[in-house]
Amino acid sequence: MAEERRQKQCSVVLPTESMKAMAESVGVGQLQEDSCVALSEEVSYRIKEIAQDALKFMHHGKRRKLTTSDIDHALKLKNVEPLYGFQSQEFIPFRFASGGGRELHFYEEKEVDLSDIINTPLPRVPLDVSLKATKEQQKKESTEPLKAVKPGQEEEGSIQAKGQSATSAEVKGKEKLRMKPRSTHELSVEQQLYYKEITEACVGSCEAKRAEALQSIATDPGLYQMLPRFSTFISEGVRVNVVQNNLALLIYLMRMVKALMDNPTLYLEKYLHELLPAVVTCIVSKQLCLRPDVDNHWALRDFAARLMAQSCKTFSTTTNNIQSRITKTFTKAWLDDKTQWTTRYGCIAGLSELGADVIKTLIIPRLAVEGARIKAVMEGPVVSNIDKIGADHVQSLLLKHCASVVAKMRPAPDVMEQYRADFGYLGPMLCSHVVKARAQAALQAQTVNRTTLTITQPRPSLSVSQSGGVGGSGGPRTPSIIKVPSSLTLMSTRPATPTQPSPPATKYIVMATSAGAASTQQVITLSSSQSGSPVTSTVPSGSTSLQPLVKLESGGGTVAGSRPLQKYIVVSLPSSSSSSSSLEHKGGTTATSPVTIETSVKSERSESPATHTHSPH
Amino acid sequence: WLRCRNHSEWFDYEMARSVKCCGCRQCNISFSSIVLFIVLSVGGEDQPDVSVVLSAYSQQGDPSLYQVYYSGLKKFIESVLDCHRAELSQLFYPLFVHMYLELVYNNHESEAKAFFEKFSGDQECYYQDDLRVLSGLTKKEHMKGNETLLDFRTSKFVLRISRDSYQLLKRHLQERQNNQIWNIIQEHLYIDIFDGMPRSKSQIDSMSGSLAGEARREANKAKVFYGLLKEPEIEVPLDDEDEEAENEEGKPKKKKPKKDSMGSKSKKQDPNAPQQNRIPLPELKDSDKLDKIMYMKEATKRIRLGPETLPSICFYTFLNVYQGLTAVDFTDDSSLIAGGFADSTVRVWSVTPKKLRKVKSAADLSLIDKESDDVLERIMDEKTASESKILYGHSGPVYGVSFSPDRNYLLSSSEDGTVRLWSLQTFTCLVAYKGHNYPVWDTQFSPYGYYFVSGGHDRVARLWATDHYQPLRMFAGHLGDITCTRFHPNSNYVATGSADRTIRLWDVLNGHCVRVFTGHKGPIHSLAFSPNGKYLASGSTDGRVLLWDLGHGLMIGELKGHTDTVYALKFSRDGEILASGSMDNTVRLWDAFKAFDDVETDDFTAATGHIHLPDNSQELLLGTYLTKATPVIHLHFTRRNLLLAAGSYNSQ
Repeated sequence: MAEERRQKQCSVVLPTESMKAMAESVGVGQLQEDSCVALSEEVSYRIKEIAQDALKFMHHGKRRKLTTSDIDHALKLKNVEPLYGFQSQEFIPFRFASGGGRELHFYEEKEVDLSDIINTPLPRVPLDVSLKATKEQQKKESTEPLKAVKPGQEEEGSIQAKGQSATSAEVKGKEKLRMKPRSTHELSVEQQLYYKEITEACVGSCEAKRAEALQSIATDPGLYQMLPRFSTFISEGVRVNVVQNNLALLIYLMRMVKALMDNPTLYLEKYLHELLPAVVTCIVSKQLCLRPDVDNHWALRDFAARLMAQSCKTFSTTTNNIQSRITKTFTKAWLDDKTQWTTRYGCIAGLSELGADVIKTLIIPRLAVEGARIKAVMEGPVVSNIDKIGADHVQSLLLKHCASVVAKMRPAPDVMEQYRADFGYLGPMLCSHVVKARAQAALQAQTVNRTTLTITQPRPSLSVSQSGGVGGSGGPRTPSIIKVPSSLTLMSTRPATPTQPSPPATKYIVMATSAGAASTQQVITLSSSQSGSPVTSTVPSGSTSLQPLVKLESGGGTVAGSRPLQKYIVVSLPSSSSSSSSLEHKGGTTATSPVTIETSVKSERSESPATHTHSPH
Repeated sequence: WLRCRNHSEWFDYEMARSVKCCGCRQCNISFSSIVLFIVLSVGGEDQPDVSVVLSAYSQQGDPSLYQVYYSGLKKFIESVLDCHRAELSQLFYPLFVHMYLELVYNNHESEAKAFFEKFSGDQECYYQDDLRVLSGLTKKEHMKGNETLLDFRTSKFVLRISRDSYQLLKRHLQERQNNQIWNIIQEHLYIDIFDGMPRSKSQIDSMSGSLAGEARREANKAKVFYGLLKEPEIEVPLDDEDEEAENEEGKPKKKKPKKDSMGSKSKKQDPNAPQQNRIPLPELKDSDKLDKIMYMKEATKRIRLGPETLPSICFYTFLNVYQGLTAVDFTDDSSLIAGGFADSTVRVWSVTPKKLRKVKSAADLSLIDKESDDVLERIMDEKTASESKILYGHSGPVYGVSFSPDRNYLLSSSEDGTVRLWSLQTFTCLVAYKGHNYPVWDTQFSPYGYYFVSGGHDRVARLWATDHYQPLRMFAGHLGDITCTRFHPNSNYVATGSADRTIRLWDVLNGHCVRVFTGHKGPIHSLAFSPNGKYLASGSTDGRVLLWDLGHGLMIGELKGHTDTVYALKFSRDGEILASGSMDNTVRLWDAFKAFDDVETDDFTAATGHIHLPDNSQELLLGTYLTKATPVIHLHFTRRNLLLAAGSYNSQ
């Protein structure tokens, strides 16, 4: 074989036609056959010579690949002018073509339009050379985190004996010398599976799974390795879904943030740079849903605002200044006249969640101005329905948050006129709210006011589940089941986490569970508009341990058109004790639940007629 | 027009293929014009004595009989006793080359081709590179300016043959009246006849492979003072310092440093060491003394390495260099790294927290209080502090970098033919030493500073002093590019490795070549002296590392294991471990102590020079460490025997 090669080396000479062709290309017309032969031999020899010199440059360049610059240098060595501008980075730039019974290889030179080059954006600047140190410690456990060693500072103890056995193919633990990067560990297969399951469940259509997943995130102690991935998942998710106005997914993602924050074993500080922008986006974004006039994106804003307040409380330090930076951001957006009502609402919500002090110093002084603006919309010529709704929400938000603060600021007698003088348009309403707040404060001295619960199953899914007839076999009403993270049942007068506002139908991720199998008790019905029929995901009945219940109960009939005020009854029981009782409840159409909450805000909102009707198209 | 184009592209392809045949599969060369080559052939090269040299070939024999002659000799050699056959087989290659060249020279092109095709396969595989050159050479005109050819001509090919074998050969040739071959042997070969047992095949193989045969015996007879120089009176401050330091710290370690420093260095004059002033060396400055003291202190904390205690390795990976890293050097105290790049830049990094700072400008310097204690600190411009600095000046890839021992200077050698001296105080170029007109492949500072050596494509190694713009010595003798240069630890000798597959040791004092080592089968790309100055290790493109005894001028070991060019070699500070780094992405550690120990006991080999190498590479190999995709191009042991390695990550 070697011999063969050698002989080939000996005999390779360029064909004489090539000579002719090249002669033609430089304008020499008739080249005699003899000269062609002589030339081709000479040229072949010289080319080999050049190639051999070029190899030298390759060796000294410590490369395995010959480059065009090596050829250039070899030419230079022979006192020949190198070929300027001929560079090819990676591949042999020859194109292949066959024709006339012959194979041709040619170098394709495209015509380049200079203006194209000028107009194309500049490519990314190539990274500069950098130095990275890796330590091969003489230890067998190469996976252990290695210490960065600076030369001259190594300890004597770092050197240990090492057996011959560990010599081959040792994996090196790589580490940066000075800047330690945010460590993203390789995940084990199990962790990858877990991560996949969790993220799918969190954004999937099965509420039971979601609740389970969220609880896992909130309580599992071993998640720190996945934290970078979760935070990226959330920030990327928000980025994408804000553009697509996918309210449902945004809500799910925010709930993930909440769960992460609730986990006592996670340290989120390092990931705030990803999480906080996502949260802020959900608070102030101009548009969060496809139909701003009907969808309840306000609840998302409220929820995100509370998250923000919570993270400010937890993570704000003098060095990162989160709270003041966030406050500044909100205030700036709010003060801008051109800000839309949605953003305005978000800013106010974000600010007011930050506490009474913030309300006192930043919101109350602006009540009058804001009142005027609201008045202009409410009483002026109707500009658009959306503006009106926005103004309406802003108004109620302001009243809600300011009332208690004002109640503390001002002495007891609340005079309507005085309020009007102080706060303008909002004065009278504020006055009545303050009066109410004072009364309530006296009454609810010991009401626990915690924010957890998350059920506001809006009507549409209900009506759909009926009209679609899914779960018909299961009983008159399909109970939706939501697992509440803690076994406590909490109530809150505040709007709880919105779970499923009329979702844009296209965005559902259907989990890998059988659809339509309504025989099991836990059926979650979601609307899916393309199919016209609800997509039903079934939780395998084996998982009976998670059977806390949420029952939906409507005051009147559940006829789609009648729009009665709905009561959302939330039951969450420890699985062990409740299994029997929950079954009982299921039997009856109207169950008497241990705790009944009427979320006033929710019902209020659901009054706008179009909001929750499920439209298949 | 399109057809023309395609033709010319076809031609390009052919060339690409011919290059491929040369052994680099993925190379992506291409040529866009042939005019250049035509010019080239007309221009030729101005080698002065080409015609004179070549005229030796003018004698005519019957070209058609060359094959007969050669195969006749082949038959004869194959028929002789085994013990002679191996020795006489050495004749094949030089005879083949010279007969072929004679045919070419006398314009018997087709015969030459046939001759080559018939017999080139018989040659030893390690001559393949040269055969490749020969294969392209088919015309008399080609012979002008061909360097490889000139090498064959200007130097006689050296063969070592025992007297018995030689007599056998002579008798045969005389019987057959085979004058053609006899003439070649007489004129172009140098047969070094020795008395005694003929050598075995393996003995011959281990020594052959160089471009011009083995080294002549007398070439390695000169005395080499390989001992180390006595360390001048630094110990006094060292001991003082140490005692002070120890007293502060407490007593327990008090005796140790003394013992070490006394024991290892300069108790009495080493009989093998050169005279202290054989080569004038620069006076030690105060800062040098301080540095020596630091060195001693560090040395006391050194780990003693051995097969049981291997060094930890810290790998410095250069990222984003796009295959552009061509040379690396560390300072002796491992505080700085310099890299030479294909884009003509030299970059210096500080690997300690101490940043690199420039000296202030002259105007600013005049404002400084020169009497103050921290004047050295004050002259530095804090604004310029950074982790790395880039030195611009070269106009071609930088193939060699070397720090001065005092860390004030940096040398770099480049394709542009210059060696540049850079100040690491101002980060500017101080001198460009011009002398090599061709690429300078390597350069290195003397271990005592002041002198440096450089070698390059012009086959001449030059010795320079930093304050002279012309070389002090020129070491000429290599038949190929000088690919690497190293100073002996006592600064009296310089070793050069070459593309002619030999290593030469030169005496700095008089410029003589005192050792020629043959045995490598490929260009030598790395050299390393053992810290005690007795031994030399060399690595080449064939992936083997050879060990040499300088005093006796012998090959004493062969370390097989690497599968690609060995670009880096380094002995540990105490000389027990030899580390080698290669293009095959590994660092290997070898038991140097054992390798030297095994051989030293054998007296016979020392006397005759016919070593019999034990094949014990596997026993000597202590460890192999793989990188992911980073060829190892430099190795360095810190003063405490931590191994530092460097290379650039290669994403393909």
